[in-house]
Amino acid sequence: MLYFIIRRILQIIPVIIGVTLILFTLMYIIPEDPAKLILEKGATPEALQNLRGKMGIDKPVYVQYWRYIKKLAKGDLGTSYRYRRSVNSILADHYPNSIKLALAAIIIEIIIGIFAGIVSAVKKYSFWDMLVTVSTTIAVCVPVYWLGMMLQVSFGLKLGWLPMSGMGDGSIRYYILPAITLASVSTAFVARMTRSTMLEVLSNDYITTAYAKGLSTNMVIGKHALKNALIPVVTLIGMDLGALMGGAILTETVFNWPGVGRTIYLAILQRDAPVVIGGTIILVMIFVVMNLIVDIIYALLDPRIRYEKKEIQI
Amino acid sequence: MAETENNKILEVKNLRTYFYTDDGVVKAVDGVSFDLKKGETLGIVGETGCGKSVTALSILRLIPEPMGKIVEGEIIFDGKDLLKLGQKELQNFRGNRISMIFQDPMTSLNPVYTVGNQVMESLVVHRKLSKEEARRGSLKLLEMVGIPEPKRRFASYPHEFSGGMRQRVMIAMAIANSPSVLIADEPTTALDVTIQAQILELMDELKSKTNSSIIIITHDLGVVAKYANRVMVMYAGKPIEFSNVDNIFYKPMHPYTIGLMKSITRLDEKNRKKLKPIEGLPPSLIDLPKGCIFRIRCKYAINQCKKEYPPLVEIEKDHRVSCYRAKEFMDGILERFGN
Repeated sequence: MLYFIIRRILQIIPVIIGVTLILFTLMYIIPEDPAKLILEKGATPEALQNLRGKMGIDKPVYVQYWRYIKKLAKGDLGTSYRYRRSVNSILADHYPNSIKLALAAIIIEIIIGIFAGIVSAVKKYSFWDMLVTVSTTIAVCVPVYWLGMMLQVSFGLKLGWLPMSGMGDGSIRYYILPAITLASVSTAFVARMTRSTMLEVLSNDYITTAYAKGLSTNMVIGKHALKNALIPVVTLIGMDLGALMGGAILTETVFNWPGVGRTIYLAILQRDAPVVIGGTIILVMIFVVMNLIVDIIYALLDPRIRYEKKEIQI
Repeated sequence: MAETENNKILEVKNLRTYFYTDDGVVKAVDGVSFDLKKGETLGIVGETGCGKSVTALSILRLIPEPMGKIVEGEIIFDGKDLLKLGQKELQNFRGNRISMIFQDPMTSLNPVYTVGNQVMESLVVHRKLSKEEARRGSLKLLEMVGIPEPKRRFASYPHEFSGGMRQRVMIAMAIANSPSVLIADEPTTALDVTIQAQILELMDELKSKTNSSIIIITHDLGVVAKYANRVMVMYAGKPIEFSNVDNIFYKPMHPYTIGLMKSITRLDEKNRKKLKPIEGLPPSLIDLPKGCIFRIRCKYAINQCKKEYPPLVEIEKDHRVSCYRAKEFMDGILERFGN
C-alpha cells in the first residue's frame, strides 16, 4: 500500500511537466506583451525593453520555461504581472476560501445525495422515488448561474434570511447559498448513482442471505447494501471534490466569492500568465491527490482491490 | 395420533406464490402442501423453474416484493403461522429457528465483509453476546464446518475462499443458532462433484448432531436417494407425488416421476437400458393449460386429464399422487418401467 502511495505521488511530476508545457505554450502564443500590461500607456520603448530584460521575457521560450521549472521545484510560482505580488501569496489568500466552499458543497452532496439515492432505491416507484427523480432532473437541467441568482433573489433579497454575496465574516450563513448552488448538479448525480448502484446491490444474493439471517431491513440496507453501493459513488464524489476546488468559477463569480476560481478567471482576462499557470498547477496537484485519496478509500471499502499481490485460496 | 401431530415441526398448507410480471401472472408455486417431521430430511425435486426454490423462499418469506407475493396458504411452524407474523417476529425466526443455505456460495456472501464478521453477525443478531463471546462462538462454528486454521481464516474475505469453503461458511452461518429447520436450496449445484459429496456429508453430520430437520431442494436424484427420507416431486408449481424415498424410486406412480426415474443412470441394474428422456418441455407458468399440466407430455393421458387437475390423493399409506391413473400403476395394470 505504501509503495502504491509513493508511486502515485511520484506520478504527479510528469503530470505537472505536461501541464506547465501546455500552459506555457498557450500563454506564449497569446500576442500580448506583459511589459505593456505592467507599464502605463506611453512608456518609452527603452523602458519596455528594460522591463522585459528584468522579467526575463526577452529570452527564448525554452529558456523561460527552464527558469520557471527551476523556480517551481523550489516551490516558487513566480510573480503576478498585474499585482506585482508573488503568486504564492495570492493563491494562499484565495485557495482556502475555495476549499472551504468546496467542502461545504461536498458535505451537502454526500448527505443529501446519498440519502436521497438510498430512499428512492429502497422505496422504488414510491412518491419519494418520483420526487427524487423529478428534482434531480431539474437540478441537472438548471444552469448554475441562474440557480445562484434565483437563490440570491429569493432568500437574500425577498426573504432577507441569508446574505446575498461575499464571504463576510466567514460565518456559516454566508456559505449556505453558494454551497447549495455549487452542489446542486453533483448532488443530483450522486443521488442518481446511489439509486442505481443501490438497486443493483439489493438484487444480489448476499442481500437475501442477510435477510435470511434475521437481520432487520435497516441493518441489511445500512450495513450490507450501503458499503457495496458506495464504491462507485465514492469515485464520483472524489472526482467532484477535485473539480469543485477549481471549477467554481460560475458560482464564485455570481456570489462574488473571493476564491481561486474567480482569481484565475480574472487573471485570464488580464493575461496574468503567472497567476493562471500557478493556479492551474495547484489545481492539478489537488486533483491528483484527490484521486489518490479516492483510490485509498476504494481499497478500504472493497477488499478485492488491495493494490498488493496477496491472494490465497484454500 | 397426537404423537404424530407433535412430530411435525413444519407444515405448509396450500401455499400459493405468484409473480406479477408484464407478461402476466406467473404461478410459481400453486397449491403446495407438505409437512416436515422432526429429524427427517425432506427432498424437494423437480426441474428448473418448477417452483422448488420459490417454495423454500416462501417459507422464510424472502420472496422479492412487490413483484412476488404469497397469495394464499399457511406455514405452520411451532404452532404459529409464519405468514401472519409481523416483521419483527419474523426476523426472530429467520436464521434462528429456520435457516437457509443458498445455491451459489460465490455470490451469497457479502464481498466487503470478512468471513468472521459475517458468521459473528448470525450469532449476535439473535443472542446477546459480547464481542469476545461472539468471536469465540464463530471460531468454533468455522471449525465445526471444517475450515482449516479458523483463527487465520476468520479475517479473510470471501474472495480468498474457494467455492466449497464458502459453502462451508454459509453452513456455519446457517447452523449458528442450532435451528430446528435447515433449508438447503440446491446447496451443491455450483460445486465440483467431489466437493458436493463433502458438503452433503457435512450437512448430514451436523443434522444428527443438532437434531434438526432438513429440507433439501435439488434436481439431483442421486442426492435425494442418498440423503432424503421422504421426497416431494414438483412439476410446474404443483406437487405431483409425495412419499418416502423407496416408493419414489422403486414404486413411482406419477408418469412424470416414472419418467424421471427412467432418465437416470442406475448402477444397480444388470441389463442397462438406454436412458429415456421425458419428451417435450415444461409449460410456461403464465398460461397453464386446463386440467393436468403434465398431460401434454404424458403418454398415459386420458380424457379426464383434460377436464380437471387431478388432486393429490393418498393412493396408499404415506404415498400421495396427483394422477388419475396412479391406482393402475399400483395395481400393476400399467407397466412402469417397460416401454
